[in-house]
Amino acid sequence: MGAIWAVAQTEKGEPKAVSFETIAGAQKLAAALGASLEAVVLGAGVGGAAEKVAARRVDRVRVIDDPKLDPYAPDAYAAALHQAVEAEKPDYVLFPHTYQVRDWVPRLAATLDAGFISDVVDLRADGGEPVFVRQPYQGKLNADCAFTGTGPRLVSFQAGAFLSDDAAKGDSAAEIVAQGVDLSAVEVRTEVLETFQEVENKVDLSRADVIVAVGRGIGKQENLGIVEELAAALGGQLAASRPVCDNEWLPMDRQIGSSGQTVAPRLYMAIGISGAIQHLVGMKNSGTIVAINKDANAPIFSVADYGIVGDLFEIVPALTAKVKETRGT
Amino acid sequence: MKIVVCIKQVPERDARLRIAADGKSVDTAGVATEINESDQYALEAGLRLAEKVGGEVAVLLLGPDAAEEAIRRALAMGAARAIHLNDAAFQGGDATSTAKALAAAARQESPDLVLTGLQSDDAGWSQTGVIVAELLGWPSATLIMEIEQPEGGRIKVKRELEAGWFQWITLPLPAVLTIQSGIYPVRYATLKGIMGAKKKEMKKMGPADVGVDGGLVGTAGRKVELKRLYVPEKTAAAEILPGDAATAAASLVERLQKQAKVL
Repeated sequence: MGAIWAVAQTEKGEPKAVSFETIAGAQKLAAALGASLEAVVLGAGVGGAAEKVAARRVDRVRVIDDPKLDPYAPDAYAAALHQAVEAEKPDYVLFPHTYQVRDWVPRLAATLDAGFISDVVDLRADGGEPVFVRQPYQGKLNADCAFTGTGPRLVSFQAGAFLSDDAAKGDSAAEIVAQGVDLSAVEVRTEVLETFQEVENKVDLSRADVIVAVGRGIGKQENLGIVEELAAALGGQLAASRPVCDNEWLPMDRQIGSSGQTVAPRLYMAIGISGAIQHLVGMKNSGTIVAINKDANAPIFSVADYGIVGDLFEIVPALTAKVKETRGT
Repeated sequence: MKIVVCIKQVPERDARLRIAADGKSVDTAGVATEINESDQYALEAGLRLAEKVGGEVAVLLLGPDAAEEAIRRALAMGAARAIHLNDAAFQGGDATSTAKALAAAARQESPDLVLTGLQSDDAGWSQTGVIVAELLGWPSATLIMEIEQPEGGRIKVKRELEAGWFQWITLPLPAVLTIQSGIYPVRYATLKGIMGAKKKEMKKMGPADVGVDGGLVGTAGRKVELKRLYVPEKTAAAEILPGDAATAAASLVERLQKQAKVL
């Protein structure tokens, strides 16, 4: 059979940490299928990144180094890996499910006419056809997916699906080979004007001891008062999940999650937040987590220590009253 | 400017989902639906751009008869007309075979811009818009947070990167943009809009109408098969505190004080 490729994402010449998670997932798949494992590093001036990747237990590292791959552009990335896949015919090509991967790998899937199972959280390959587990419906359900037909198979792993520490180190550094591509005919149509960070967060939630976060379940901006009162009674900071900030009910600098701040307070209360993965990655390392939600099946309850299932408009005022009584405020 | 916005009908966020008898799909009977959230933002972005520079927004939806509800809502919000890819051959697709149908329909329209949401709230592949771009031979940009008026055949957009970083890029038209939730506040349909929507064109089309081989779309064209859909086993489940609001609140405060020692 063909090889399994794990494609590393680099940034400023360094492999991103999620690349090692992909290698850990690839090691699991390669072991189950008895296939060889090759890492692929693409970019411009990525020799140093390739050496770091080669320290992991992989059979080979293929480096696609071309000035056209910096800055990142979907046209050039898709063309480069397309050429490499056509030349070497790997069976599986695995990626981290990053924003960058979402931007160019579907294009690669289309040019290769390949199946692409994206945002995978686990895989099983206990004999026969490997099964890739996804979490559709906002993480409410699990789906076992498999490829049909022939051709290269593309997979992306959700951040945290495998741990980068689990990407076993090799006894000696893997062989590094240059994978030649010819990008001279590739027209890069996107032009980067400026890459920047938005103004520094005015509210630094990462220092808060207690955070009361509110989600879509609050319904409308006028309802925020009850949550503000609870936060005040606890001496905590008010925060929110993305939909609340998207609706401009609270400013963006209050947002927790993959596109907002990452926090780990002693106490985190999630009020009317269902717990999509984008939110969970921003708060799951909190000390004690409390979830209040009307849906008993909401994913937030799987990371919470304590939960109350019911109407937040009854529970939150009752909780505020009890906290005030207990703390004598 | 001619803009096509791809929208999808999905179960409402809070909907209780039951697995259908086939063990591979969700039982849609009695489940309330809505336009996929980021597609609502894509539609808002398209309407704003058309209002600013002049032009028309058509919505493109692949789905069964029941998805007409989502189309009517989009028309009530301000889309001029709708293309409904509604045929048994289109059903059951993965991102690839769905994109083939959407791209075929979009090609017939010869728009300047195709907008989609960044991903669907049900399947969540986050692939379809970009595959549509490649099939059309057009450039694309994803996770768009701002769109400026086109100038000299190019459009300037702000992309969201990870960890609080953003990027301004330009790309030539025609192009596909996938829109991030939150780009602009989504308008409500007015009563006038709802009444007006009834008179707008809703074209139902099958594979032959859009010039695509029925074997490339839907179940027949998919490269990924869903083997089993199921409710995940809970790992570290929370202790659920029972009783009415006051009782549950009191048990929680006691636990936060005495067990967790955080109060």
